[in-house]
Formats: sequence, C-alpha cells, structure tokens
Amino acid sequence: MNPLDWTIAEALDALAARRISAVELTEAHLSAISALNPRLNAFITETPELARAQAQEADAARAAGAAPKLSGIPLAIKDLFCTEGVRTTAGSKILDPFIPPYDSTVTAQLKAAGAITLGKANLDEFAMGSSNITSAYGQVENPWQRADGKPLAPGGSSGGSAAAVAARIAMGATGTDTGGSIRQPAAFTGIAGIKPTYGRCSRFGIVAFASSLDQAGPMARSTEDCAILLDAMSGFDPRDSTSAERAVPDFRAACARGVKGLRIGIPAEYRVDGMDPTIEKLWQAGIEWLQSAGATIVDISLPHTKFGLPVYYIVAPAEASSNLARYDGVRFGARVDGEDLIDLYERTRAAGFGAEVKRRIMIGTYVLSAGYYDAYYLRAQKIRALILHDFHTAFAQTTGVDAILTPTAPSAAFALGEKMDDPVTMYLNDVFTVPASLAGVPAMSIPAGLDQNGLPLGLQVIGRHFDEETVFAVAGALEAAAGFSALPALRGSALR
Amino acid sequence: MSLDPATIRRIAKLARLRLTDAEIPRLQGELNAILGYVEQLAAVDVTGVEPLSGGAQMALRLRDDVVTDGAMPERILANAPDRIDNFFAVPKVVE
Amino acid sequence: MSYFLTGKTGPWEIVVGLEVHAQVISRSKLFSGAATEFGAEPNSQVSFVDAGFPGMLPVLNRECVAQAVRTGLGLNAKINLVSRFDRKNYFYADLPQGYQISQFEHPIIGTGAIDIELDSGEIRTIGITRLHLEQDAGKSMHDQHPDKSLIDLNRSGVALMEIVSEPDMRSPEEAGAYLRKLRMILRYLGTCDGNMDEGSMRADVNVSVRKAGEAFRTRCEVKNVNSIRFVMQAIEAEALRQIDVWEAGAIVQQETRLFDPARGETRSMRSKEDAHDYRYFPEPDLLPLVLDQAWIEALRAELPELPDAKRARLIRDYGLTPYESAIFVQEQATADFFETVAQGRDAKQVANWMLGDFFAGLNRTGKTIETSPVSADDLGALLDLMTDATINGKIAKEVLEIMVDTGEKPAAIVESRGLRQVTDTGAIDAAIDQVIAANPDKLGEYQSGKEKLFGFFVGQVMKAMQGKGNPALVNAALKAKIG
Repeated sequence: MNPLDWTIAEALDALAARRISAVELTEAHLSAISALNPRLNAFITETPELARAQAQEADAARAAGAAPKLSGIPLAIKDLFCTEGVRTTAGSKILDPFIPPYDSTVTAQLKAAGAITLGKANLDEFAMGSSNITSAYGQVENPWQRADGKPLAPGGSSGGSAAAVAARIAMGATGTDTGGSIRQPAAFTGIAGIKPTYGRCSRFGIVAFASSLDQAGPMARSTEDCAILLDAMSGFDPRDSTSAERAVPDFRAACARGVKGLRIGIPAEYRVDGMDPTIEKLWQAGIEWLQSAGATIVDISLPHTKFGLPVYYIVAPAEASSNLARYDGVRFGARVDGEDLIDLYERTRAAGFGAEVKRRIMIGTYVLSAGYYDAYYLRAQKIRALILHDFHTAFAQTTGVDAILTPTAPSAAFALGEKMDDPVTMYLNDVFTVPASLAGVPAMSIPAGLDQNGLPLGLQVIGRHFDEETVFAVAGALEAAAGFSALPALRGSALR
Repeated sequence: MSLDPATIRRIAKLARLRLTDAEIPRLQGELNAILGYVEQLAAVDVTGVEPLSGGAQMALRLRDDVVTDGAMPERILANAPDRIDNFFAVPKVVE
Repeated sequence: MSYFLTGKTGPWEIVVGLEVHAQVISRSKLFSGAATEFGAEPNSQVSFVDAGFPGMLPVLNRECVAQAVRTGLGLNAKINLVSRFDRKNYFYADLPQGYQISQFEHPIIGTGAIDIELDSGEIRTIGITRLHLEQDAGKSMHDQHPDKSLIDLNRSGVALMEIVSEPDMRSPEEAGAYLRKLRMILRYLGTCDGNMDEGSMRADVNVSVRKAGEAFRTRCEVKNVNSIRFVMQAIEAEALRQIDVWEAGAIVQQETRLFDPARGETRSMRSKEDAHDYRYFPEPDLLPLVLDQAWIEALRAELPELPDAKRARLIRDYGLTPYESAIFVQEQATADFFETVAQGRDAKQVANWMLGDFFAGLNRTGKTIETSPVSADDLGALLDLMTDATINGKIAKEVLEIMVDTGEKPAAIVESRGLRQVTDTGAIDAAIDQVIAANPDKLGEYQSGKEKLFGFFVGQVMKAMQGKGNPALVNAALKAKIG
C-alpha cells in the first residue's frame, strides 16, 4: 500500500514499527504536493523547509523513545490559523503580508504533539463561503471528477484542507466551521470532518469570522483519524473566554463503541422539498445501517430548522462586520495610502476585501445599525434561542435521542462556476449544517456513498453538547456499514 | 425593508468601504436578495423568548490581575505598514 | 440658595449631569496581561490583544471587576449580579479592534447616590445612574510630525469605569463639589487615583438650561474635560452660550462640544457623517459576567471607612468641628495622621497644631502629608514636650519649623539647641531683676496703674531668657516682684 493512502492510525503504527521514517513520510507528501498542488491549489503557502525540520525532529524524538502522540504525521493547516513565523492570509489580500508573531492554540498543540506542518491550506476569504471560490489566492479544485470533466468546487470554506486530505497530499488537516465549513467540504471531497462542541477547541489565534459560531475541528480520511486529531487539538485554554473547562475524553476509543441501545433521531424538517433523491436514499440507507447495528430510530421534530439559515445570515455577518474592523491598514497587513485617515481606511478595505466579504460586512453593518437592530439582529438571536431549544428538547436526557442523523449537504460537489451568481443560492449549501452551528452542538460528516455522477455524499451526525464520543460512535458504525472506498481521480497515490 | 442607493452609501461609509458608483446597483440587488431571504424571520413568534447571544452556555471566567504580557514593542510593530520610531504612523488626523 | 444665570429674559437655571471616566487601579489591563503604568515607552505595554491582532481574544481581569464592585458599594449603588459586555463599533486610529468593549445594556453597577456639601453647608444628594466597565483607547499624537499622526497603544485596553450621574446638579459649584466628592470616594476605595493631570479621571459634562419650573431642555455634551476647574468653567460658558441661543429665538441643537480653556468657551466638534451609530451588540468573545453574592459581601466587609462615615466619627469621637473634620477627611492619609497623633493626646490641640503650623510648614516646603518629613509620631512627641513642660508653646513652633526643614526628631532639636524651658526660679528672678533695672520709667507707669504694661514685662523677661522661660513661672515671679 502506498503510504500516501494510509490513514493516520496506520501511519502511526508504521512509524512506531520503524517501517517508515517521519522524513520519508513527509518527503512523500512534499513531492505529491509539488506534483498536484499547481492544479489543485489546495495550499496557499507551502512550508517544505519547516516540514523537513519537523520531520527530522520527529525521527530524533522517536529514536530517543520520546515520540509524542502525533509524531511525524504530515498535516495541512487551514490558513485561518495563525502560525508563528509563517505567513497567514485568511484567504484575503488585506492580510498580505502578515507574519504572525504567535501560534494559535490549536496549531501550537499540534506542533507539541509532533505533527508536521506541510503548509497553509486555501480557504474562502475569511472563511466566508461554501465553495472556496472567494479566496483571494485562487479557487481550489476538488480532486474528484465528474464525467463531464468540469472542474468541481471542493466546498468551503475549508476547501483547501478538504482537497489536500482527499487528494492524499496531507494525512489530515485542521478546518474551522462557522456554519458548515468543515462538514460541507468534507462531504464534497469524500472525507470525514467534525465540528466539535463550541468551546471544545480554543479559538485563540484563529482569525475570527463569527465569534459565537467559529469552531476548529479536524478533517481526515477516517472517523478514527478525526478522533486522533481532535484529541490533540482540543482542551481548555485560559486565553479563550469561551473555552470549556472540561477534560478531553478518549475520542479514539469511542469510535469503536458501537450504537447498540442508542436512540437516533431523524428530524422531519430535514426532508426538504426537491431534495436530491440519491441523497434521500443515502439517508435512508444510513438509518437502516444504524438500525441493523442495534440502534433505535426515532422520528423527531426540530421545528425551527428552516429558520437556521436566515438567522445565520444575520448573526454571522453582524459579528463579522465587527471582527473585520481591525483590518484597517494601520498595524499589520496591506495599506492603500489615502489623503487622510478615513480615506486610507476606505481605500485599504475596498482594495483588500473581496466581493463576498464586502457583502457580508455590508449586511452585518446594516442589521446592527440604528433602527434595524431589533428587527434583524435581536430577532435573529431570539430565534437562535428557539433553535437551541429544539435541540435541547430532542436531546432531553430520559425521553430524547442520543444523536441525530441527517444528510450533510443538499447536493454533491458542484462545478466551479455553477451556483456562483446568486449569493442566496450559494448560502443554501449550508442549510443542513447551520442549525448545529447555531446551537453549538457537535456535528460530524462522514463519507457514506456516491451520487449518480460518482461524486461522494456525506451523512451528518449531530450530538449533545460535549458528547463528541457518541458522535464518533455513531460515525464509526456508519463508516463500518457504508464501507466507503471510492477514491478521487486526482490523488498523490495515483501519480506516476 | 429594501435598501436604496443612499442607504448603501451610508452603510458603506459606516463600514469604511469605498464603493464606486458602478458597484452600487449590483450590491443593491445582492443585499436586497439577502434581506428578502431573511425576511421570513418576521413570521416567527418570539414573544417572551430571551435572545441567545453566545455559543457557550456558561458564566464568564476571570483571570488574575498579574502582568504576563507586553514589553515587546518590536514584535507589536514588526508588521506595521508605516511606523516612526516606536509609534504606528497614519496620515495626520485633524481634530 | 438656588443658583441662576441672568439673561435678557430673566433668570435661567442650569442643569448638569456628569459622565466621569475613572481609570481603574489594577496591575494589568481589563482584558490582557499587559501592564498599566503611566508614562512608559511607546507601545511597550501592549499585548497582541491590545493591538487588535488577528485571532486575539479578551479575558476579563478579576481585580477590575472587584474594583467596579467596590466603587459601586462606595456609591451606595445596586450591584448587578448579571451584567454583560457589548461592542461599541467605530473606526479610529487609536482603537485597534475597530470597537471598544464596553457595557451598554447591562452595566455591572446600577443606581446609587452620593451626598455633596456646598460652601453654604447645604447638603445635596446627587443620583448615580450607573457605572460600567470599559476599555480605554490608545493615544494619538498629532503634533509630533509634520504630516503624520503617531499612535501609542500603551493605554489601549486599560480598564475604565464610566460613572454616570443623574442630571441633578444645578450650578458649577455643585458639579465641582460632586467631582471632588467622587474623587475622594474613589481614592478612599483605592479604585482610582483620581489624577486628572495624568488623565486617570476625565469628565464629559452634559449641560442644559431652563426657566424655573420647566421640563428639561435640549442638552449638549462637553467632552473630555480634564480638571475640576475647567468643568466648572465649561458649565458656565456652555450655559451662557445656550441662554444666548434661546434668547435669540433659536434652538439649542443636541451635539458634542469641546471646551477651550484658553478662550473660556465651548465649540462644536467637527461633526462626523456617521456620528452615533455605534452598532452596539453583545461581545461574542465574552460570556455574561455573573457575580456571586458571597464574593460581593466579602468585598463589602473589606471596604475602608469612607469619608462621610469617617467625618461623622471624627466629630463624635474627637470633638472636632465640621470644618476641621472636613479638612482632615479630604485625604485618607491626613485623617490617619490626625488619628495617630490624637491617640492618647488632646485631640483639639492636635487639630489646632495640624491645621495651623504643621500644614503651614508643609505648604512652605511644598510637601504633602505623604511626603511629610515629620511623622505622626514626631508631631506627637513634640506636643508631648509641651505637655510635660519641657518646652513652651513658642519654642514648640520653632522646633516644628526645624522638624519640617530637617526631619530631625523634636527631642534632639531641643537638646542640641538648648531650647528646654527654664524652670529654675533663680534664673527667672535674675532675668526679672535685669528687666526692672533697665526699665525704671515703665515700672513707674505700671505701678501708677497702667496695668496692661504687665504684658510688656512678661515679653521682656522672655526675651531676656531667649524665649525659654516657663510662661507660668515667669508670670508668677513677675507678679510677686512688681505686684
């Protein structure tokens, strides 16, 4: 088996057994990146020198018998995570150049766990998008291909991370998810990805999009790999006031726990009009897999589901309009000179931000402005409370369900250029992922089948607050039953 | 509620985004489409509902009052587009 | 007595409310671990949080919360067990995040009140509307470079308490008294040093005028006034301006103004196109601040005695006059000094000496009670030397002057300079004989009935003894000699 096709679990075994060195594993990925990234554009910044130095350290640590948990595992880091000494762009021109003098907590923890940084993965500008086309550093191509040969979008915003992992040019990646930015690209590229509970991973050092929704999480090629990565990424951080002061459970062990005796909820409101029949079929298959594995299926209602997207498109832009005010050309990043300070601000921000970011800043500014706050923002927050209440009711301790099963996205990957004209159509991609983000509950996408075009589709498992273990258990059972083994056309392991 | 060009200019001014006249019609169409889409929220009964502002349901944690940071002007200023000595520099502000 | 300004149409009443920004005393900033000291090198007390770098997050300082609660308790105010932080959004060069974290809808402290005393002795109660915590901005310098403004972020993120009063003040004097009282309370509490020169206390002044019995008219806000004197001048200037506007048949526009102390007038701030759309919303990087009642009670139990209580006690326990006690409580250190000296001594005498020669000495040498070269124990020792008749009062004044100048101990001064008073009757008699011999004509006048010349003889005898004679003994011996 080509090492590029290994899971992280397999690679850790091989490294431990000295069947491969971290340097060899890293070099294999670096040459695959050299070959494929010009086409995929999954990385904005490649860091081969850093990766080689870290690989050597990893081998030395292993030789000394002191290899930490992720020692020698090559990863892609979404370019929303600040990395000390390595250019960080957030997919935006406005941060060019910006060399962070600090590491995000998540990347610092990954480094401490011995992971290797291959580079900074492409993303929608400031993580605003579902296609990766809003990146100022060019669109990313999905390594999967359709019969018509049109290049496909990898989804977004963690599109570079997803493409890199699917194409076997990284073993795993960090993503961030504000309304579906881990789960939707994971589904579009046939990999697994989990948005943990809000507060599980520190947000410190992650370029903020919408603070009350942003959550980091892993993307990898198996449920178990996600668990291994999440273990290293999560934990209490005193530098983030919204970080949860909780012990990190054994996520990896939970993957094999099974679903016997679990109650799985199927929310009626996710059966939307005009849903792709293949997706509906896959969802039904997922229900049956869990049933055969010993779970009880329960029909539930999440009555405010359909308001999730409109709430999200008020709350997220509102927070973003404020979070992005700091990009003003004064202390870091790009500056366009002006006649006076206001002129400098306006020119800098006009030149530095792309169209989608400007749209969201405008919407966010508007819904917070005098006279409109109550009608938009305050009302959205109240409906957000109702959405959270829906989940609380569904997950109620004695009468409720243990997890919820839904499709991840309403469609498979679309071609680059499709759906691009109208922002609202694009927003509909997030219809199934946004409610969990608004409620702050953990949710995971796992690849479960292919559509009629041979493109991967994902199923989403949603759990209780801080119960990622059950999510992993359900995802593990689905993964075992689905036996998803299809491979994308573009992949490092298929290079000659 | 739909946005007219004057409102769009006012919002852009608040957000410190320079818009060209040519950008306004397109932006107006897009923003009104988004506002039209979120309009459906007006139908939800929110009587007596407390707004949910955060992602986490817990009380705020406090830190001890100790000096643990700062004393690094060079690192603070290293990314500055313009600086004079140890100050950030911007075009002169007339108050 | 009500205060009125007289315009062409008759008397006008002034209505004043104050918003005071008081810098919280804390080692580190409100949301970061950077230091707060005044006067540091530019950008040397700045964390990445304070500079608004990408991905940086605020973490609230417990001590700043405690300081706000102490202040609330000192202002007899309601402590809100649940409060919240909001973002106030606007762009400015010294506001790195593009927003200020403040408390808009749910402040940590609610309504309270303080009493102020006017020169007439009248007591007035001024309502406190609220107190909230917020972060300070950095500092822009516009005059250091021909075409650039320079930004120092050392202040960025320092904790401020904004203390908002009700529009309860009716004259510049009341506003001045309010600010002095507020500053005194903050200093007692140790929550703000009240140093207006360093900007650690600044006031926004809301002024309107009205005819007696009317509802409030439109007010204007005079921003950022940085001394009590200027606040009082600004109120008068702004009130007179508004009276002119009303009396000219025009309408006062609600606006923000600045006070120009050199010209003694207020002027309109260049109005910004988007002024006052701050787009407040709950700060999503922070959670609601929930206080524990037991913690509040523990803070209450540790509060120092506040000026009003201390003053009442000084009057009750030491028999001081309201005037004396008011002076002593102005600074906590002064009251402490007094109480230390008064311990086991005649409190009235202590008060007289402190308010008289001691303060005069400090004034003369430019010292304060904190920097006084004379400790409370030293002053006490000096008074004891008088009480046990080692020196007399006149010599004591001289000794105190030397103490203020040199910091020497009183006993040492008395010994080294031979100032011990003379109680040896032989020496006194000898001095009397000498004075009588030198003034035969004065003696004649005295003995023929000009009794007030007795004082002349006392003076001459004391002079002959270099002031060291025991006044009682000198009096008695003189009486015996010349009848």
